[in-house]
Amino acid sequence: MADLLRELENQSVYILREAYKHFKSLCMLWSIGKDSTVMLWLARKAFFGHVPMPLVHIDTSYKIPSMIAYRDRLAREWGLKMVVGQNRAALADGMAHTRGRLTCCGALKTEALRRTLDGSWPRLVMNADGVYVEEQHREPYTGVIVGARADEEGSRSKERYFSPRDKNNDWDVADQPPEFWNQFKTDFAPGTHVRIHPLLDWTEINIWEYIERENIPIIDLYFDRGDGTRYRSLGCAPCTGHIRSTATTPREIIAELRETTVAERAGRAQDQEDPHAMEKLRRDGYM
Amino acid sequence: MHAPNVDAAPSVREQMNIVIVGHVDHGKSTLVGRLLADTGSLPQGKLEHARAICDRQGKVFEYAFLLDALEAEQDQGITIDSARCFFKTDARDYIIIDAPGHIEFLKNMISGAARAEAALLLIDAKEGVRENSRRHGYVLGLLGIRQVTVVVNKMDLVGCDKDVFDAIEAEYSAFLAECGMVPQRFIPISARDGDNVATPSDRMPWYHGPTVLEAVDLFRKAAPKRDQPLRMPVQDVYKFNLRGDDRRIVAGRVESGHFQVGDAVVFSPSNKITTIASVEAFSAPPTDHAAAPDVTGVTLAEQLFIQRGELMSHLGDRPLVSTRFRANIMWLARQPMVQGRDYKLRLATTAMPCRIHRILSVLDASELTHTADRAEIGRHDVAEVILETRRPIAFDPIDRFEATGRFVIVDGYDLAGGGIIREAVDDDVAGLREVARRRDFEWAPGHISRADRVQRNGHEAGLVLVTGPAGIGKAAMARVLEQLLFERGCCAYLLDGKNVFLGLDADMLGALDKAEMLRRYAEVAHLFVDAGQIVVSTSNTFGLADHAAMRTVVGAQDTLHVHIGDDDGEADVVLPPELGPEEGAATVFAALVERAWIGPAAGPAAGV
Repeated sequence: MADLLRELENQSVYILREAYKHFKSLCMLWSIGKDSTVMLWLARKAFFGHVPMPLVHIDTSYKIPSMIAYRDRLAREWGLKMVVGQNRAALADGMAHTRGRLTCCGALKTEALRRTLDGSWPRLVMNADGVYVEEQHREPYTGVIVGARADEEGSRSKERYFSPRDKNNDWDVADQPPEFWNQFKTDFAPGTHVRIHPLLDWTEINIWEYIERENIPIIDLYFDRGDGTRYRSLGCAPCTGHIRSTATTPREIIAELRETTVAERAGRAQDQEDPHAMEKLRRDGYM
Repeated sequence: MHAPNVDAAPSVREQMNIVIVGHVDHGKSTLVGRLLADTGSLPQGKLEHARAICDRQGKVFEYAFLLDALEAEQDQGITIDSARCFFKTDARDYIIIDAPGHIEFLKNMISGAARAEAALLLIDAKEGVRENSRRHGYVLGLLGIRQVTVVVNKMDLVGCDKDVFDAIEAEYSAFLAECGMVPQRFIPISARDGDNVATPSDRMPWYHGPTVLEAVDLFRKAAPKRDQPLRMPVQDVYKFNLRGDDRRIVAGRVESGHFQVGDAVVFSPSNKITTIASVEAFSAPPTDHAAAPDVTGVTLAEQLFIQRGELMSHLGDRPLVSTRFRANIMWLARQPMVQGRDYKLRLATTAMPCRIHRILSVLDASELTHTADRAEIGRHDVAEVILETRRPIAFDPIDRFEATGRFVIVDGYDLAGGGIIREAVDDDVAGLREVARRRDFEWAPGHISRADRVQRNGHEAGLVLVTGPAGIGKAAMARVLEQLLFERGCCAYLLDGKNVFLGLDADMLGALDKAEMLRRYAEVAHLFVDAGQIVVSTSNTFGLADHAAMRTVVGAQDTLHVHIGDDDGEADVVLPPELGPEEGAATVFAALVERAWIGPAAGPAAGV
């Protein structure tokens, strides 16, 4: 197991360094969840304590409040360049999951992400005083590091480490570039961008084993805080369910996961709306 | 969820990647679905979910549907990309890669198979050995996957007949032998009914070998590479200068071998030699060594100008260096690979323009028929070629090192092919290169290293070699450039060939030996560079073809080739003839800044 985690860490670090070398305008998506927080930790490993690319967070405004506090605390402690995007127009118009979960995800996540990445909507950046101000010069990001794992659900198992997206953010599943011998898709046409997946080979259990080994300060929503429930997957408050569990440490969560046959995203309501919900969301640019 | 068992220690379980390949419709996805179901590796509800989708679409349930999670695939009933899934046996955990068997998707099959440590190759008992049975077998060999078990599927369709199985085994073993491969075993199965997958078949009592599940547990993990000679391709050099961090870290993955602090190492192809000063890591116990297959970072005893693409090794076992090598390549792009066109070669962390020097033969991998005298390499062809890179690169033959013996070819934006190196081939300057390498390795240093000079001068040393047709203004530009560098505080020297000729070559006045004159001139330039100078040189004395020789003697990394005239694809900087000497010199100056030889226009870098 120790060797496996090391193997996974090696490959993720290698991928992150390739991304940093090849993409002038690079960012990392940080959802505050366990996977992208592990990815952030791996970036610190790759760059010897530094995180040389900005972290982009899409704030739907429905996130569990402690997620935002946690985000800003780590950003200050670790010296992160924090960038936040939001679909202000849809929120002003009253967008919420009550209008249909997939519609809501499409507007507040997919659309907000696309417009934040291509620079067509304002981005908020955290300044030296920890205050969010509008970013002055918005370059489109041509390399976007994403914490997707192949074991999450079917469509993610077909991803490449470096996965090109066309001008419309589309993912052409049927015609992906070949990828072998750690030679990645780092050449791309103007107007397109590349999604980079350093965690592709990790499983949910690997993530927790690594959190335990590295003692990564993961957000406490994943643990039972006294009421016999915890989150297994984090999203927006209205669409993310608790599970019944008394686990308070990564070790206890690992033990629990070894026994369960319930899918990780079972608590995520939007997945249940359509058998191909996730694939559709991903084709449209959902992370 | 029940109360967790707090005593559960992390399990120490081995993991292995295996790939399932074979011709389309020979039953790969069905076998994978079977393996998942029979080992109890499916999440709760997944089987029911797949059955429900089949019901809704009016199809009979098949195990293949478990994997084909994507709509497009379910509609066409074929695997498009390499899907990954997980199953476990008592022995270890597996990541299983289900690779597409359709010829259109060979690049996806390769993407999947390249990650595997072992392969199951399926052949339909009724259809027998088909085009992609052969092609996939050949590709597995090229990818370096040595552990192959051949699974003869759909035995139920041939009445579980031993003769059919034996005939396929004989035919396919012979084919693999031609590719230089020996399969571990052949297993007769029915994936649909489960015969010989997880449990032995009572319909085939004549078969006494292992089931598929037993066979995968017999695959072995590759031996660790830490005891092989050291190879660490430089992935990047970091100097973040943030939060008080002024370390200059050379980062990379140790592809083979190991090293420790104090080891003398050499970087190829630049031949730069130094010692390891420290091994760096974040949030890890301090260490003084690193070994394959770990990613790492080191600081060096001297502040050498090292770039991505250099290959770090010990002095005793160095990689080959050339611009030419013989290779087997497979081509995946729709546009054929043609002679005379520039491609980008990527080998480990090196990227370098390359061309076909010669096509030795093209092989139709499905039939294993060779064709000589072909001018191009078509999609899905496999060929033996001599490739030529624009500048020398460091590499190894594939039978010595995997990671530095294989490469991919990029055409435009796309990865278009891949290959393995058989041997280095001498290019026109191989002799000079060997002399220069020996010189560099046996160099007698003073107490002041070149790096010390770079540190004090505030800029890198190197040769700016100006080429172009006679009378186009090389000499004028070179003189302005020398002056510009001097005025900006750089140590610069115009090395005019005539001055070398008048003195050093005085013994040759009666018998002009152009090659020897060039060698002497280049060695003089090399001494100046070692002394910390930026040497500005024109090629008036020598033919244009000689710049490759100059570059070889001085060092490719230390040479900037400036060409005045039409872009011939060879030079680092091309100056249009209409540009005056001042503008030309300013352009070259900017190029030197861009390459970090010198600091930004204000003057020499404060420290390099």
